[in-house]
Amino acid sequence: MYNNLWLIPFFPLVGSIINGLLGKKIKNEKVIGGLGTLMMFFSFLVACQNFFGLRASEQKVFQESIGSWMSVGNLQIDWGFLLDPLSAVMILVVTGVGTLIHLYSIGYMHGEEGFYRFFSYLNLFACAMLFLVLGNNALVMFIGWEGVGLCSYLLIGYYFEKKSAGDAAKKAFVVNRIGDFGFLCGLLTLFWALGSKGVWTMNFIEIGENAHLLESGGVLITVVTLCFFLGACGKSAQLPLYTWLPDAMEGPTPVSALIHAATMVTAGVYMIGRMNVLFAMAPTTMMTIAFVGAATAIFAASIGFAQNDIKRVLAYSTVSQLGFMFMAMGVGAFTAGIFHLMTHAFFKACLFLGSGSVIHGMHHAYHHAHLDDDPQDMRNMGGLRKFMPITHWTYFISCLAIAGMPFFSGFFSKDEILWWTFASTRGSYVVYGIGAIAACMTAFYMFRSLFMTFYGEQKTDARAKDHIPESGLTITIPLMVLAGLATVGGLIGIPHAIDIFHVGNLFHDWLAPVFSQAQQLNVIEAHGSASVEIALMILSVLIGLAGIAGAFMMYMKNPEAPGKFTAKFPGLHKIVFNKWYVDELYDFLFVNPCKRIGTFLWRGFDVKVVDGVVNGVGWVAKGIGAGLKYTQSGYLHNYAVAMVVGVVVIVGYYVFG
Amino acid sequence: MADHLLSIMTFFPLLGMLFILFIPRDNDGLLKGFTLVVTLITFVISLPLAFNDVFTTSGGMHYKEFSEWINIDGFFQMNYNLGIDGISLWLVMLTTFIMPIAVLSTWKAVDKNTKGFMALLLLLETGMLGAFVSLDLFLFYIFWELMLIPMYFLIGIWGGKNRIYAAVKFFIYTAVGSLLMLVAIIFVYYYALQSGAPINGFGIQEFYMLDLPYNAQYWLFLAFGFSFAIKVPMFPLHTWLPDAHTEAPTAGSVILAAVLLKMGTYGYVRFAMPLFPDAVQTFIPLLATLSVVGIIYGSLVAMMQEDVKKLVAYSSVAHLGFVMLGIFAMNLQGMAGGIIQMINHGVSTGALFLIVGFIYERRHTRMISEFGGLAHKMPIFATIFLIITFSSIGLPGTNGFVGEFLALVGAFESGLRWYAVVATTGVIFAAVYMLWMYQRVMMGKITNPANENLSDLSVREIVVMMPLVLFVFWIGIAPNTFFEKMNPAVEQLLNQMNNNKVAVVEIQQPVVANLLETK
Repeated sequence: MYNNLWLIPFFPLVGSIINGLLGKKIKNEKVIGGLGTLMMFFSFLVACQNFFGLRASEQKVFQESIGSWMSVGNLQIDWGFLLDPLSAVMILVVTGVGTLIHLYSIGYMHGEEGFYRFFSYLNLFACAMLFLVLGNNALVMFIGWEGVGLCSYLLIGYYFEKKSAGDAAKKAFVVNRIGDFGFLCGLLTLFWALGSKGVWTMNFIEIGENAHLLESGGVLITVVTLCFFLGACGKSAQLPLYTWLPDAMEGPTPVSALIHAATMVTAGVYMIGRMNVLFAMAPTTMMTIAFVGAATAIFAASIGFAQNDIKRVLAYSTVSQLGFMFMAMGVGAFTAGIFHLMTHAFFKACLFLGSGSVIHGMHHAYHHAHLDDDPQDMRNMGGLRKFMPITHWTYFISCLAIAGMPFFSGFFSKDEILWWTFASTRGSYVVYGIGAIAACMTAFYMFRSLFMTFYGEQKTDARAKDHIPESGLTITIPLMVLAGLATVGGLIGIPHAIDIFHVGNLFHDWLAPVFSQAQQLNVIEAHGSASVEIALMILSVLIGLAGIAGAFMMYMKNPEAPGKFTAKFPGLHKIVFNKWYVDELYDFLFVNPCKRIGTFLWRGFDVKVVDGVVNGVGWVAKGIGAGLKYTQSGYLHNYAVAMVVGVVVIVGYYVFG
Repeated sequence: MADHLLSIMTFFPLLGMLFILFIPRDNDGLLKGFTLVVTLITFVISLPLAFNDVFTTSGGMHYKEFSEWINIDGFFQMNYNLGIDGISLWLVMLTTFIMPIAVLSTWKAVDKNTKGFMALLLLLETGMLGAFVSLDLFLFYIFWELMLIPMYFLIGIWGGKNRIYAAVKFFIYTAVGSLLMLVAIIFVYYYALQSGAPINGFGIQEFYMLDLPYNAQYWLFLAFGFSFAIKVPMFPLHTWLPDAHTEAPTAGSVILAAVLLKMGTYGYVRFAMPLFPDAVQTFIPLLATLSVVGIIYGSLVAMMQEDVKKLVAYSSVAHLGFVMLGIFAMNLQGMAGGIIQMINHGVSTGALFLIVGFIYERRHTRMISEFGGLAHKMPIFATIFLIITFSSIGLPGTNGFVGEFLALVGAFESGLRWYAVVATTGVIFAAVYMLWMYQRVMMGKITNPANENLSDLSVREIVVMMPLVLFVFWIGIAPNTFFEKMNPAVEQLLNQMNNNKVAVVEIQQPVVANLLETK
């Protein structure tokens, strides 16, 4: 085709290098931010070109290589890229949403000390993310996989003088590394397993073509996919490795939107989609994924109930929504999972950027009034819709989308997931039930955040309350575009059951070639009548409405209700407020024992035992020497006595021996 | 000149050392400048080696030089026998490359008895290069011992507070190993002499062809292996390392980490394994276990260190564990990975010791608790430090990843799968101890007033670091430059070992390992 896939990650890489090396000298924010945004936009244009090229083409898989990376015997790794419908969707999302968020950052990061540093990191992140989605082999994916982890580390720790930011950055990287351990183990096992069948490869297409060599449902494939899933858990913040994501909110808000909502955290979902053939062959793994996803969805949603920091609410919401995506992957609804990934990228990015706009305004007002209040605490907000109409409306639309209200994007993607959990051959009513409850909770806590922020009585300190401005154009334009996408983005995936205009499920048809191979080996399908599907749809709308109504009752009608509720169940509230004490539990189970073992191995074992033996040998040698030195006294008569004794012993030995 | 390139390269530093004797002892600048020039010229002399394509086509020895040295007919013969293949090539290049950097690092750090320091550095370089290019075991032994002496003095004279203890420990430890090796070398020689095998002095290529009986191999491998294991160092023979590193001056630490430790791993690749191919099989489970223990143990102990330099020293134990694991995989990927990881460790850990040196020169302390928030005052330093940190962690795209990954691939393909799985947890620990250290030193607010007025890196210091940063990315992104010259040599070595086995001894595997196999 065009053979210019490499340009897509190349543009942001150039932007990152220029801003990183020269940004300090350039100083001009417009130049720095403009350059970063422009590079993303170029990348977006190339992505569009390739997307439309692929659409027009009969062939649905294109690979290109720009050289060999490692060539050692039967390990041959290229710097290779892969364009297929799946990666085409991903590059559009990454570069499209990426461009908007870069644009947003120009306004949001205005006046920050490390402005150039921020844009350099953000471009670098985009580059790594594009490597991740474009790599045609697992190792190029892994370079992106770890690369986004690095950028996440850098951007969470952007305010590095804050200890909490440093801690959060380190935690994110280390927890991700636990996942990477899984990824590596899976990759190595797979490489060896296929190799022992005569196929030495890490190329995704070749893996797919040769997957049938492995025994479907066998131990090996289960181990491999479980290892990969551990990797996905780390990157996509699933139980038990989700704890880094809420802390990652220490980073600037555009980072939260781009990395910790729209793109990086979905890498795990994408990876499963990329290796769908392998996962489809491992029903045990799929079931594990579905249940972990469901558990994460409901668990994170429960924590979302009690958070007062607007970004933390969104963070737990992201964890929960990622849980939905994993539920989809687990029941074999690969298309639905990717679909939700895309719609989620739109509405969650919009929500995060909206929260950023609010924080920006609050910060401005507090700064104006010389106050030190927390600009992210929703308890200080309320009634903001008067001051920030655009932010309010875009936030409102995105809330409708995430709550799954009819004809907003989230409606189509979430319902497709729930339908598959209910009806798929790999589905389970338990998963469906949990998913439905989590959907209700989502609607509740999202509208809770909406009401607390934009409605009701304004609780901002009186000195600051009239100085909250609506944000500027660089901030509101991305908000409006994303809100638009969050509204109509779902229409490309209309399910057949309600397809009255016979548009067809465009998204499904588009991705079908990617998942056809998995279907050939293991048929996974959703079976059920259209009427059941429509009934479930109505049910989930009702569930969503119930959640919204609940939030309305508690936070609009009876503002004192939440207080009463916590007073009634103080223990429950405390546990949820403290995030079920999972961080404390991990500290107790892993972090502290590791430190204690380390200290023991060093002070107790290394210094005392190992070095003790070493020094002991030295002391013994010294001691023997010290004892024997008296024999060398220098007195002639001593030596004469010794000689006589010697002679007597020798002679005696021969005479009597 | 090409006929004697290796000799010229090896002895040029020694020649430089002789000239140094004529430079007035109080002329610090001239002494350092002269030494820098000598090491740079040595590097230039060695450059044609790296660009010679003969290594890509043939895995044998090249640039061979031979002349008889001592010959007592029928009783003892040793030769001046040099040559390099694609394996020693890169270790030679690493040595000539790291020396000018080490010299540059002394600019401000060394001010007492500079003359002696510089003379010893050059003597050390000759010793190291000689050891890498020797094809005669006895010659190798001479160079091996020759390295020991300058390093002993470098630590003992220019070291920190506890330098005497560290120097003596370093010396005795290494000497004990060396003596065992010497006995083994002599045994091999006289065994060959008596059996009437065609030998050429202590030439190792002829020794490779010996059919040593298994029980002789067993003891000989123990002696060689013990000596090299001390040098690597492998757990539990590692305790000399933290002491030596902490006490050594920066240049000493850099050379110790970058080159001297590689003598141990190189010794396994060049001598212990191909000379005793049957005994190796017996010891692989033990050695692989010790490698993996080293990775985990080194990481855990590194994590809790309060002194940056000690932390880096313990991290060396972990990194070398990966090297050894790769080598013991005894296949192309593992060996190539292990060897490239030797180079990587030289680059990354060498760079880390330089970094520690930079802050030590500014603050005269290495305690982590004394620092914090340095990124404010030293942004360039912070960036370089971060790059090296991630190289040490093994981030893909940097050199560390290529080596670790290949070592693991190799271990997976051989019988060492479960060892590899445990070793892979090392990637988690590496992130923990390095990032925790980086956070405590560089991030946060400046709490210690002593750090308020720190200056960022000087031009000289940036020049010192740049080549290392370049190689971090070069090996990370285009490692084929190195593999294309290394692989033929590794393949030849592996073939040799396989052909030369007297009896095939199955690798003993833990029972659990069969779980995957049967499936």
